[in-house]
Parts: sequence; structure tokens; C-alpha cells
Amino acid sequence: MARRITYQQAINEALTQEMERDETVVVMGEDIAGGMGAGGEQDAWGGVLGVTKGLYHRFPGRVLDTPISESAYVGAAAGAAASGLRPVAELMFVDFMGVCFDQIYNQAAKFRYMFGGKAKTPMVIRTMWGAGIRAASQHSQSLHPIFTHIPGLKVVAPSNPYDAKGLLIQAIRDDDPVIFFEHKVLYGTEGDVPEEPYAIPFAEANFVREGDDVTVVALGRMVLLAQQAAAELDGEGISVEIVDPRTTSPLDLDSILESVENTGRLVVVDEAHPRCGFAADIVAQVSQQAFDALKAAPRMVTPPHSPVPFSPVLEDAYVPSPDQIAAAVREVAGAGAPA
Amino acid sequence: MSTGIQKLGMPKWGLSMTEGRLVEWLVDEGAEVAVGDEVAEVETDKLNGPVESPVAGVLRRRVAAVGETIPVGGLLGVVADGDASDGDIDAFVADFQASFVPGESEEDAGPQPETVDVAAGTLRYLRQGEGGDAVVLVHGFGGDLNNWLFAAPALADGHTVYAVEMPGHGGSSKDVGPGDLDFLVGAVTQFLDALDLERVHLVGHSLGGLVVASLALRDPGRARSLTLVDSAGLGEEINGEYLRGFVEAGSRRELKPALELLYADSGQVNRQLVDDVLKYKRIDGVDVALRSIADHVFADGRQHALVADRLSELGVPLLVVWGEQDRIIPAEHARHVPESAEVHVLAGSGHSPHLEAPGEVNRVIEGFLARA
Repeated sequence: MARRITYQQAINEALTQEMERDETVVVMGEDIAGGMGAGGEQDAWGGVLGVTKGLYHRFPGRVLDTPISESAYVGAAAGAAASGLRPVAELMFVDFMGVCFDQIYNQAAKFRYMFGGKAKTPMVIRTMWGAGIRAASQHSQSLHPIFTHIPGLKVVAPSNPYDAKGLLIQAIRDDDPVIFFEHKVLYGTEGDVPEEPYAIPFAEANFVREGDDVTVVALGRMVLLAQQAAAELDGEGISVEIVDPRTTSPLDLDSILESVENTGRLVVVDEAHPRCGFAADIVAQVSQQAFDALKAAPRMVTPPHSPVPFSPVLEDAYVPSPDQIAAAVREVAGAGAPA
Repeated sequence: MSTGIQKLGMPKWGLSMTEGRLVEWLVDEGAEVAVGDEVAEVETDKLNGPVESPVAGVLRRRVAAVGETIPVGGLLGVVADGDASDGDIDAFVADFQASFVPGESEEDAGPQPETVDVAAGTLRYLRQGEGGDAVVLVHGFGGDLNNWLFAAPALADGHTVYAVEMPGHGGSSKDVGPGDLDFLVGAVTQFLDALDLERVHLVGHSLGGLVVASLALRDPGRARSLTLVDSAGLGEEINGEYLRGFVEAGSRRELKPALELLYADSGQVNRQLVDDVLKYKRIDGVDVALRSIADHVFADGRQHALVADRLSELGVPLLVVWGEQDRIIPAEHARHVPESAEVHVLAGSGHSPHLEAPGEVNRVIEGFLARA
């Protein structure tokens, strides 16, 4: 039965239920229990945001607090995955992925291919992404396009509690390495989530709302901002369809094309940098495959091509806003409209 | 005087409904309405349905405008005696709007589902109404208690209505054991025992019809009456393509065409409806449960458990309701029942007339139960 819980609780529940179901599931990361070796309270933290709280005592020996060395424990997770476990490594901020990037893109992502399809690497790396909490340029980035670029990795970015639980369960059951993006601004958001375990297949976009005039493709926190824009545009007689791909790799391009074939207009909203990014990719693929359906040039709504500013005023101006999204929708809706 | 001035409120259809949009008024201001008359059509994010007047009188005021979205319990219109003054009506509307808090209305405070543990597992059910004979509603294959969202409140006027979910479905546990008809019939029997329901009016849709008919045959004396809606068990044919499509579909694009077969008007199948079924199908254990039931009861796209020939043994009133345009189980199966049965084949409805023509189906079942 469904009840309302937060995005954070949904992730904790997914971990708990999968660890319950499958004893090969282990979790590891910095301070995911907390207080280790200090002689004080253990499981003091449950991760910097408390997402893993409660797992340490419930699953003895399967919750590993690691040293501050991402290269070591992400490498350990890749090796554990290749040899029979299903590790879930928590890498606090995606911004830190640089120090363990070899383990991810040149090792884990390649095992299946380098070993002639005989190896599988069922590893999940959970990580926080996005701006919005005044954490400056080294703790606020949206780096999903970097991982989407690499074949062999799967990339997931849930926008709501229901998707967070179902996609994390699917990520844990998946036999390939999955980078699981948790938006830090979404942790407190609530939604209806079934108590039972369930898995949402990858490459299955969610139609957040149906509309006839403009397709808005949005990911993660941007889905919420697109919904605000759509509600405002409703009052102006512009009907917006919001498609949340949920996973950027594999990508459900068919659903996006289906929507654009209906509306003829496309706006892609993404929190990553605009160059070689997710928004640019969607616009390119739609332009190539559904050019005849387009009634107006597609538009991207992204931050500028600059690091996330520390100044609160500038950070707020940096992240795409509902107003910017609404303005882009009005622009494409106006172009090519029947007289 | 405000006595005799009654609110026509936004109904709550199903557990998740919070608001509805007024599609059209079906009655003019100043027209007489009887209890149960359809006065307006309302659309939710899942479906369209008729709003029935809860009282008799004159529709004095249409408060909600066509196209307007009103929270559950909010004011659609006002029904009153002809002699109430326009000033009284104005005052009633003003008072109501000033004190109305969305989410806290009488409609919102409606019954919540409960669960009961029986040998077959945990069963979820929704109880509505007080007193009178018990009526037990059993959904079809892949369905849940929300399928009765129009029927249950109507039948709850004068009966205690239980919409129960079979194992593998809705909020009940998903283990269906051997997955055969015996297990499902056993589960519903155990439900009746657990709630001390000795003799009940049994109502079943599709697979649920086969289950309640089998229950009545096995446990004579349990049924006061039997109502079968587009029921399984009355003939061999069933749409195997639908069953396969429904069971196999893992995505919106695969599931939608299967669900469209359920309705005469496939426009009923909107995004929300498809999403809700997908959410159910993704729950651990549901896939196994559905495959197991389909393999046992409907193997190779045929019905293997037939009860039509034995219904005459029952000796209780039998009602058969069918949507003429049923594309899952042919409506001609309605003719396979004993002559003593009351049979209604409804034009314009598909496999789920209780969802497509709820007003008509409610009247037929209410009338039948009153005589049964």
C-alpha cells in the first residue's frame, strides 16, 4: 500500500529491502554509518544526509565505513561486483568522482567488454548532484552528461520519491555498473510510495503531464520547475507535456519522439552545462529523427557555461528558473503557430 | 430558512481522488431532480463519471462553471425545495464557501481500506455503509477495489459493502500459492469467515465473477444472491491476446493497447490509468502471480473453469450484467445462464460496464438487490 514518504526515506527503504532480499548486497562509503573507531556511538550519522541511517545495525558486516579514499573503495566495489557481490557505494558528491574516474570509466564500465561478455559488474554508485544549497562550485555540479557519454555505464536521475525507490531497486538488480544521481534539493520532497519492493525498468520515460502544444523534457529537480512553469502556462492557454526520461543511459528516445510528433515543439531543461550536455544531445537526436514534425527550432534551457557561483544571488540566477522555462516555451509556442 | 437546502458536492471516487473537473451540467437550473439522478459529468485524472444527486428537490443553483476544477467535497451546486428564496440560496453558498477547507470535507474523511490475515495471506478490503445485508464485491484479473469506485458507494446505501482484493492484487499479499481457481475461491471464503459474514450478496466482475460463482456452488447457503458482471466461467472464449498483452507488458507503450481493449470507448485509457496499472504490475510478486493465474485459469487463451451449466443448482436469485461491446469475454455468454436469471446487456459498454456506464449498472444492481 502506498503512503507518503520523502525522497530520502524512499532511498533508505530501497536499500533496506534489497539488503533484506539479497545477502550479496553490501553498502560502502564515507561516514555511511559514522562514528567508526571513535569509541563513541556507531551509526551516528548514516551518511552526510542520513540516507543510510539504520542499516549498520540491521545488517551486521554489510555496511562498510571506508577511509576518505574514493579511488580505493570505488575500486573495491568494482572488484567485489566482478566477483559476486552487489555493492552499493556512496560517493558523497558527484564532484569528487574525478579521483576515482579510472575505476569507473576505464575499469567497471569495460569489464563486460574486455572479458568477452563473461564478466558482469553489478555495482551501483549513489551520488549527490545539483546546485541550490549554497555549496559552491566544488559541491554543486551536475555531471550526468560525463557518465552518459561512456558506453558500459547506466545513468539514473530520479525526480521524485516513487521513482527514487523503484529505480534504485532496479539499479541494484541490474548486472551493469549504474551511476545513481540523487538531487540534494529533492531529499525532503514527499510523494506516494508503495511499501512493497518494486523495480522501474530503465529506458522508460515518465509522462509527468500530458499536453498538446509543447514538449518539455526535464530531468531531476528540473522536472519540478518545469511543472511550475507548465501550471503558469496553462492559464495562458499553452498546454505543456512534460517528459521525464528518468534514465539518460539507456535513454527512452522513443517516448520523447512520440511526444514531439504530437506537439511539434521541444524545450529541453537541464541543470548541466550547455556544451556537449544532455540537453544538446536530446535536441540533436530529435532534430535528426523528427525534423519533419518540428514546427519551431527546439530550445535548451540550461545554466550558463560557467562554474556554479558561491554567491547566493548568482547561484539563484544560475539555475534554470520556472520563468526561464516558461519564456522558452512561449517562444517555441509562438513560432509557427497557425494564424 | 435554510432547511431543505442541500449541497451538491464534488464526490470522491477512489482512494486517490483529490479534485475533479466539471465537464458538463446534465440538468438545467430550476429542474426537478430525484435521488440518484445524474446531474453533472465530472472528469478526474483517471476517468469520467456522473455525479448523482444525493437528495430530491430542485437544482436551484449551478455554482461550479464548466471546465472548473473543484476539490473533493467542494460545491458543485445547490439542491433545494422550490420555496427557498434566492436570498437563502445565496446565503447558503456564501456560508459554505467561507468555511470550506479542501482536504477536510466529509467526502475526504471517507472509509479507508483495512486488512485481514487469513490462511491465503493478507487481504485488503474496503468497507462502506452500515446495516442491511452484506454485499461482497470481487474485482477481475489484474483489478483492485478501486474498480468498484462508482458501484460501492451506491450499493452502500442500505447495505454493508465489502470490496475485497484477491491475493496477487491491489494491496493484498502477492503470493497466489498454486495460482489456481481453488486458491482464489479459498481466499474469498476465508475472508467471509474471518469477518463473520455468513450469508452475503456476492458480486463479481470477470475472473471475480467466476470466483464468486464457484464459491456459491461449493458452499451452498453462503450466497443470498449472485451478480455476475462480464463474468468468466460462462463460456470457453476469452481474448487470449488481451491476457497475453496485459501480462507481458512492462512499459506504457506495450500496456496501453491492451488496456484499450477493456473499454468500448478506448479514449478512457489515459496516461494516469496506464501509470496506475504499471505501478501495480511493477510490485515484486505481481508478475509471477498474474502469470500463474493466467496459466491455470486461462491457459492457451481459453477458459478452463466453466460454471454456466451448474448455476441452476444454486437456488438463489441470479443477475447477469454485460457490456454489449465487451472485447475480452463475448457478451453472448450472458445467454448461457439459466432462464430464471435476470440478464441486462448494456449497449455502449465494454468489459467494465460498472466503470463505463456506472449509473445504469448501479440502478440494475440496486433494483436486483432490493428484490433478492
